[in-house]
Amino acid sequence: MATEAHAAEGATGYIIHHLTSLRVGEGFWSLHLDTLFFSALLGGLFIWFFKNAAEKATAGVPGLMQNFAEMIIEFVDQQVKDSFHGHSKLIAPLALTIFCWVFLWNFMDMFPVDILPGIAGLMGIEYLRVVPSTDLNATFAMSISVFCLIIFYSIKIKGPIGFAKELMFQPFGPWLTPFNLLLKVVEEIAKPISLALRLFGNLYAGELIFILIALLPWYIQPLLSFPWAVFHILIITLQAFIFMVLTIVYLSMAHEDH
Amino acid sequence: MSINATLIGQMITFALLVWFTMKYIWPPLFDSLEERKKKIADGLAAAEKGQESIVLAEKKAKQVLKEAKEQSSEIVSLAQKRANEIVEESKHTAKQEGERLIISAKAQVEQEIQQAKEGLRKEISTLAIAAAQQILGAEIDKAKHQDILNKVSNQLG
Repeated sequence: MATEAHAAEGATGYIIHHLTSLRVGEGFWSLHLDTLFFSALLGGLFIWFFKNAAEKATAGVPGLMQNFAEMIIEFVDQQVKDSFHGHSKLIAPLALTIFCWVFLWNFMDMFPVDILPGIAGLMGIEYLRVVPSTDLNATFAMSISVFCLIIFYSIKIKGPIGFAKELMFQPFGPWLTPFNLLLKVVEEIAKPISLALRLFGNLYAGELIFILIALLPWYIQPLLSFPWAVFHILIITLQAFIFMVLTIVYLSMAHEDH
Repeated sequence: MSINATLIGQMITFALLVWFTMKYIWPPLFDSLEERKKKIADGLAAAEKGQESIVLAEKKAKQVLKEAKEQSSEIVSLAQKRANEIVEESKHTAKQEGERLIISAKAQVEQEIQQAKEGLRKEISTLAIAAAQQILGAEIDKAKHQDILNKVSNQLG
């Protein structure tokens, strides 16, 4: 891909350049340094903010920071309470982490498309994709983690036999076991794939549109990029919210014993 | 666009973030939220209790006021009754006293009349005697009537 970008010129070259990751290594054992760096940075930001708020947390009158953190926590907790009916120490913090982290990933999309790559370019870094959620690795890493939790909790709550029974005998009863199994496996595998691709697709498309707008003459750009950015505020929040809610719903399904 | 080892790196980061959130972020913030919720609920309950006790106190105050009014009106009516009684009584005694006074005055008048009559009686005899003397003086000669005078003197003696 890197070589392609070098070869292409003009608009195509510009777009490809923006959508190429900063990459080291070859084949599977290569790393997207930009994705890793920005997601770790944003994760650190999330941790730093909430840790500060948690350290100053009092039951009295909350400060501005604590207030904001509590607002998010209450929102997440409400979602968890609405969808999840079991008891789990993991699920609420998991939902909070997913919501905040994905939101921060997506928020990187709000920076003008050329600023961070431009700065990186001055520092000698050729390629930089600043939005981690436009990298399939990031979205799949999260959704596969969630998938592992779904499997883990399914087995833990229903027992290996119960889970196997559910895979084989539902929804059509024991006479159609192979068909049931096929259906269930597809259903389970569809969960992480749809989670990852939904987030990736939305943000990738959004980023692409920003890049396309950036190709237009400067006097048209604000006219288009402003409404798109405003609309994007909704999209980035919504996508973070969807990822969180679906995670809660999937885990709650894993907790339900039939 | 390819899937590569970044996936593993991201999964590790994610796991660390979730672990950290679960361990250090969620519990204190959530606890403080719950605690505040409880505080607010307690406060509201206390406020409600206060309101209730106010209503109760108002009710009680009304009752007490009513009782006091009843009592005072009772006292007033009693006092009025007593006053009436006193007036009646004093009227009665006054009447009695008056009657008594009238009777004693009458008695005194009677007595005085008697006295006057007595006095008059006494004086009448003197006057009569004087008048008789006057009349007799012209006609009676001491020597002539010496016998009568002597008889009287004898009678007295």
